[in-house]
Amino acid sequence: MKDQQGMSIIVKTVTRVSVWLILLYGWYIILHGHLTPGGGFAGGVIIALAFLNVMLAYGKDFTVKWLNIQFLKDMEAASITLFLVMGLLGISFGGAFLANFLGKGKLFHLFSAGTIPLFNVIIGIKVAMSLFLVVWVLADIDSTKGGEL
Amino acid sequence: MILPYFVILPLLAAFLITLLAGKKDDWAITLAFMALISLLVLSIFGFVTMHEETVVYSMSGWDAPIGICLVQDALSLFMLVMINLIALTSLCFSIQYIRHLSQDWKYYALFMLLIAGMNGVVVTGDLFNLYVFMEIALISAFALVAYGCRAEEYEASFKYAVMGGLSSSIILIGIAFTYSATSSLTLARIAEVLPTVDPRLVLWIGALFLAGFGLKAASMPFHAWLPDAHSSAPAPISSMLSGVLIKALGVYVLFRLFFNVFGAPAIFMQLLLVLGALSIVLGVFLAIGQWDLKRLLAYHSISQIGYILLGMGLATPLGILGAVFHLLNHALFKSLLFYNAGAVEMVLGTRNLRKMGKLAKLLPVTSGTSMVASLSISGIPPFNGFFSKLIIIIAAIQAGHPIFAFWAVLGSLLTLASFMKVQRYGFYGEIEHKTPIMMPGNLVRFAMLTLAVLCVLSSLMVLPGIRELTLDPVVDVILNKTGYIRMVCGRAL
Repeated sequence: MKDQQGMSIIVKTVTRVSVWLILLYGWYIILHGHLTPGGGFAGGVIIALAFLNVMLAYGKDFTVKWLNIQFLKDMEAASITLFLVMGLLGISFGGAFLANFLGKGKLFHLFSAGTIPLFNVIIGIKVAMSLFLVVWVLADIDSTKGGEL
Repeated sequence: MILPYFVILPLLAAFLITLLAGKKDDWAITLAFMALISLLVLSIFGFVTMHEETVVYSMSGWDAPIGICLVQDALSLFMLVMINLIALTSLCFSIQYIRHLSQDWKYYALFMLLIAGMNGVVVTGDLFNLYVFMEIALISAFALVAYGCRAEEYEASFKYAVMGGLSSSIILIGIAFTYSATSSLTLARIAEVLPTVDPRLVLWIGALFLAGFGLKAASMPFHAWLPDAHSSAPAPISSMLSGVLIKALGVYVLFRLFFNVFGAPAIFMQLLLVLGALSIVLGVFLAIGQWDLKRLLAYHSISQIGYILLGMGLATPLGILGAVFHLLNHALFKSLLFYNAGAVEMVLGTRNLRKMGKLAKLLPVTSGTSMVASLSISGIPPFNGFFSKLIIIIAAIQAGHPIFAFWAVLGSLLTLASFMKVQRYGFYGEIEHKTPIMMPGNLVRFAMLTLAVLCVLSSLMVLPGIRELTLDPVVDVILNKTGYIRMVCGRAL
């Protein structure tokens, strides 16, 4: 067998299908944060778990090739910067830091609740990236040499 | 409205540093400098233009009892000026010191997060929000203590993390009890409701907060983590931890909670007096035998925090004045002493007093400023430490506690003795040093000189005209519980 890393072919095949479903579910939780239980944090954790699923099934090296780690790091920093920028937009248009400056829309519709869904998306990305990177660093660390983030 | 920017600016700098820095640290340094200079300017501007009023800022437009509010009064602005001033000098000192360890932007990102956490603790008017900012500052502090990546630094950081986690859990339990008793997390609202709560429960909550924040302030029975953490950290971080972190997270919160929220209950004031006197004497006894310069300084932090707690426990206007004044003075001279220790460590590669020696010729700025700082901390006139200790001692006698005044005097004498030892062995010893590893650069000397000048200038704050503008408003805020409630809740009682 060429690909020695990771688990058996059965696990890999199942993972190949299921990872997209998990990602979809994560995004569902994030986007409906203002309507149903859940939101940015819970959905972000689910997305991170989807990536971790791939890492468990296929091994670390494949995952690093599949996902661009530097891109994930940049996404993590950019999402939280965007959060602050949104908060600052609240100062300029809504009167206070993090205040709502968009239309409130119709109750119980997907596009409603002003800026809350946007904040949920940003937090979702941030949590997903952070959590995955934490586990990746723990997996990547070489206890004899020390790791590098 | 400048209030939210004290949290936004350092956070923005920290995130932009991680986003833009790349491999080098040039961008990180520029961004950190820009953020800290604007923070210092903003805080001084705020302090000068406050006119003794309280300003309340409702986050995202929700008013106080429902939303989270930020409160700007004389006490918080005083702390902000102190934090951002020490942080700016610490950044000046950091550049050469940290490049000597590694050329890395992560240090600056963590440093800005530390500032964001401390500023947040000081400006917030919400108990749980305070807890969150405290954790931000603490977690960055854990990482910064371990920044040198040596075994003893990891050990110190781990010890610090365990003790920090313990104290945070105690505080969290206290917050939970407060919330169950008062149905609110806004400090002013808690203060309003607390008199109607069962006094035994108030006693229990107060005990939890005293233990939790006492651990953060490293007062005597809760001090064990401090000497390791503060002596193992990089020198600029030691000065941040000893100079401002234990005050922003410990002493400031004790002031805010036990005066503005609890209204200075007598039993806790007695406890603070005893803890303060214990810290003064035992801290200095532990310090005097140390040969590791930074460890000696760290034990002195415990002792000096004792003076602040003693002044706080007296709960008279004069005692509070002394405590607030000593808070600022200790930040100035203790940070300076840690810079001196860091500069000597850079030059000689040692912190052991026995291995130092004739440094007065080799390092004129370092030894000169260390003399200023040593005289300040030992309470020699005309340096600032003399006046604040004098005020605390006079206040203790006036309040009818001559025994505590005696302990304070004894602590001051022993402090003088231990700093004579530092000067004798550290800067005027016998060993000649011909081959320094590196010489302190201009920014390092600038940081030390600035603080040395401030050590002398800040003693002017006892003059009545200047005191009325600077220290008196802070004392008024601390002693005026009903004023705090009225200002924040926005209605008459």
